[in-house]
Formats: sequence, structure tokens, C-alpha cells
Amino acid sequence: MLSVLTDNWELFVDGFWTTLRLFVIAAVLSLALGTLLAGFRVSPVPAMRAIGTGYVNVVRNTPLTLVFAFLVFGAPKMQISLPTFFWSAVVALTLYTSAFVCEIVRSGINTISPGQAEAARSVGMTFIQVLGIVVLPQAFRAIVPPLTSVMIALLKNTTIAAGFSVAEAGAIPAVMAERGQNQMATLVWITIGFLILIIPLVFLQRWAERRTAVA
Amino acid sequence: MRMRNLVATLGVAALALTAAACGGDEPTTGGGGNAASDACGDLHKFDVASGVDVAGSATFTKIKSKGAPVVGVKADQPNLGYKDADGKRCGFDIEVARMVAANLGFDPDKIEYKEIPSANRETAIAGGEIDYYVGTYSITDKRKKQVGFAGPYFIAGQDLLVRKADTSMDAGKTALKGKKVCSATGSTPIQRVKDEQLTEASNISEFKTYSECVSQLLDNKVDAVTTDDAILKGYAATAPDELKVVGKPFSTEKYGIGVPLADKALRDKVNSILETSASDGTWKKIYDETLGKSGSDSTPPPLEKY
Repeated sequence: MLSVLTDNWELFVDGFWTTLRLFVIAAVLSLALGTLLAGFRVSPVPAMRAIGTGYVNVVRNTPLTLVFAFLVFGAPKMQISLPTFFWSAVVALTLYTSAFVCEIVRSGINTISPGQAEAARSVGMTFIQVLGIVVLPQAFRAIVPPLTSVMIALLKNTTIAAGFSVAEAGAIPAVMAERGQNQMATLVWITIGFLILIIPLVFLQRWAERRTAVA
Repeated sequence: MRMRNLVATLGVAALALTAAACGGDEPTTGGGGNAASDACGDLHKFDVASGVDVAGSATFTKIKSKGAPVVGVKADQPNLGYKDADGKRCGFDIEVARMVAANLGFDPDKIEYKEIPSANRETAIAGGEIDYYVGTYSITDKRKKQVGFAGPYFIAGQDLLVRKADTSMDAGKTALKGKKVCSATGSTPIQRVKDEQLTEASNISEFKTYSECVSQLLDNKVDAVTTDDAILKGYAATAPDELKVVGKPFSTEKYGIGVPLADKALRDKVNSILETSASDGTWKKIYDETLGKSGSDSTPPPLEKY
């Protein structure tokens, strides 16, 4: 059991390192894009609201593998090309996760009493200021747990990249099968690897909850 | 206000559905091997043996209780293991699978096929998901520890599939340095490219199927697809104006029929079926009807009865 890990240590380290890189880059980008989209969805401009709503409904209803397949097999046929398959994976994960982040941020915004925004506007703040200074900081407090869930889902979703030429943790079983290693032990070690990656996220959630707790 | 929102949402949802449908079509059309002329023709007619019994074979008993074998195959390898647009299967591997079934006493038309990707073959055989596997399955010492192999029934060699206009890799494997190479995830050919450092690690792409690699090759995203020449010739035949096989094989791949490791009785039986087919001309006949169409001649290889 242990020898499966130690004999193939390099493969596991390389795989999980790629997983971690995919996750961190996609997480940062999707938090940014998701928050921007949420801003679109609550903005006073109807056209922006329509863009936000359209994006969320299209992307949230498209399976992630299709988003991947579209970028890796579809886009080159339309002369759209990303530098490497790693970046195709980052873009696919970001586009997909942003839709979920957007809805969570929007639900957080909805927990803020309209009086807050009205008060902010009455002192002459612009929409961007109302959102950025008054509403969003309060909204994020309410959405720490669901946002953590989406980030954990993103971390696990990175394994889909293995099917699209990114050698991350999800690609380990294929190589191990070829090396004639025990598949059961391989899968157990991969599960343990993901647990190790997810546990810090859980602690981060607890910390954020404590820090932002009211009263 | 409420009503207007509802209408807007429904409108967007409808838009989403159409967009998703478009996205769904894209990868299939881009899957490579999409020539219209590659539909499967008539399959070989085998005489079904009667009164067959394989003493001591647990797999045979299992097949008998089901009435037909469950066979693991590939579905995207033209002339070897292929499934056409109508869902019909054909190719040399399929014919071998049918021949084995017929000689075990089961109607080949009743075979239940299961498409098993390269990486999952050992698990599928060991777990009893399939009874035997015929799909460009190279006999290697490592695999022999997990799977029993009957055969070989064919010998191939690793080669390169490149774009027709590209002459930079005509020398074969030594010309691979600096080129982008694609093969199936975790497969033997891509392991060899890595082990012999034929190209840089960053230039290696791995997809689940070879057809996905061929699609990348046609889109100029990779420069070569590498695996056994038998498989590559099949792809080249589907797009002869765009693709070619370099023709400098640099390995020996002996294709075997994978059976459960413990089932030596079944392995011996399949070996004798292959032996008979070589001597009575059946092997040659089914070869000429499938792989032989690519123009290269072949003879049945000697069996390895380990």
C-alpha cells in the first residue's frame, strides 16, 4: 500500500502540483469574474443585467466537460487558440466556476437590507461605491460557507482536465495502470491527497467565519 | 414587474439551451476519422461450434450462463476496432473477437461489446466486467502479472502519424525532438516517448482516445500522433489527403487477447482457436477483409504459450 505511493512519488508530486496550480489560478480568476458578474446582475443598467443573467444561465447549465471540449476541440476550428492545454483548462474552470460564484455573491447581496444601499446613495455615492464600499463587504460575510463549497467543488473539478491533456492528479490512475500498479491503492492515495488539499480550505472557512462574525 | 422578469428568464433559458446544443455538436464533428466513406461493410460469417466445453474455466461457465460473451473492444480505431455511424462494429480486432466467440460455441452476432479505454483494461478484466478483451492490447511482462494473454494474433510497431505536407519527421523517432507529440493517456507509446526522451516533457499531450489526438493534429495543435502503425494506418486511410504514416516503426507490439489471469484453461482454448485459424486460412481471410485493405500484407505470428 505505502510502496504504491513511495515507488511513484514523483508522479504523485507532479500530478498534485499541477492540480494545485490549476486550482489556485482558477479560484482567483473565478472569484474576480464571479464578483464582476454579480455586479452586472444587480446593476441599474438593463443591458448589463441581461449579460449577467445570460452568462449565468448559459454556463451554469452547460456540463463542465462540454466547456472543456469546446475550448480544446471546438475553439481551434474557429481560429481561437490558447497557448497550452493547461491554460485551456484554467479558462474552462474559470468560466464555469464564475457562474456559480456570481450566484452566491448575488445571494449575499440580497441579504443586505435595501436601506443600506439607499442610505449610501443618499450621501452621493455612485453605484460602484455603493457596491464596493457598503454592500459587498457585508455580503461576503454571509457567503463564506457556500463560497467554500464552490471552491471545494472547483478543486475536485480540476480532475476533468486529465481528459484534456493536462497531467494533474486525475491523470495519475492512467499512468499507474500502465505501470501495473494496484489501482485501488492508487485511488486511495489520490483521495488522501485531495483531503490534504481540502482541509486548509475548511480551516480558512472557519477562520473567515469567526473573523466576520457579528456580535 | 414580476411577470417581465419571468419572461426574461425564460427567454435566456431558451437561449442557453440552443447555445448548449451547439457546443455539444462541436467535439463530435471534430473527433477525427469523420470521413463518410468509412462505414462498416459486411462482417465475416463464422461457423458456430457446437458442444464446446472448456474444462476448469470459470469464465466459460459464466459466459455459458449468460448465453453470449461480454467482449472489451476499442471503437475508434478504423480497420481494427471501429464503430460506424450506424452503431455497427467492424475491423480486424472485432473479427478476432467474433472468431473466438464462434469457436467457443456462441453466436458472434450476440456478443455484448464494451468500450474499455486503454487505462482501464486490467481493472475491467480482473473485475469480471468483461470476459475477454480484443483491442490492440500489447503483451508486456508487466501486464502479464495482472492479465492472461492468448496470442499474439498480430504484430505491430510504434510509428508516427503526421500531416501530409510535413516532411520534418520522415526520419522517424530521432526527428521528434522539439515536436509536439500526442498519444493516449498513460499508453505504452507515450511512456516510450517519455522514457527515451524523444521530445521534451512540455511537448507531450495525452488524450483519452487516439481520435482526439488526430483531431488536434488536424488543427495544428500537435505535430505527430504516435502509437502502433496498424492503428495509425487506419486513421491515415480516413484522411489520405491530409495525413500520412512516417513508416519507420521503432518497437515491436504483440497484440494479445486479454483473459482473466487465473483462467489458464480459457487462455489455452483461445490459443488453440488462434492456431487453427492460422493453419486453415481464416486468419488470412479476416486480415485481408480488414487491415489488409490498407495495402500491406501480413502473416499470422507464432503464438507465445507461456
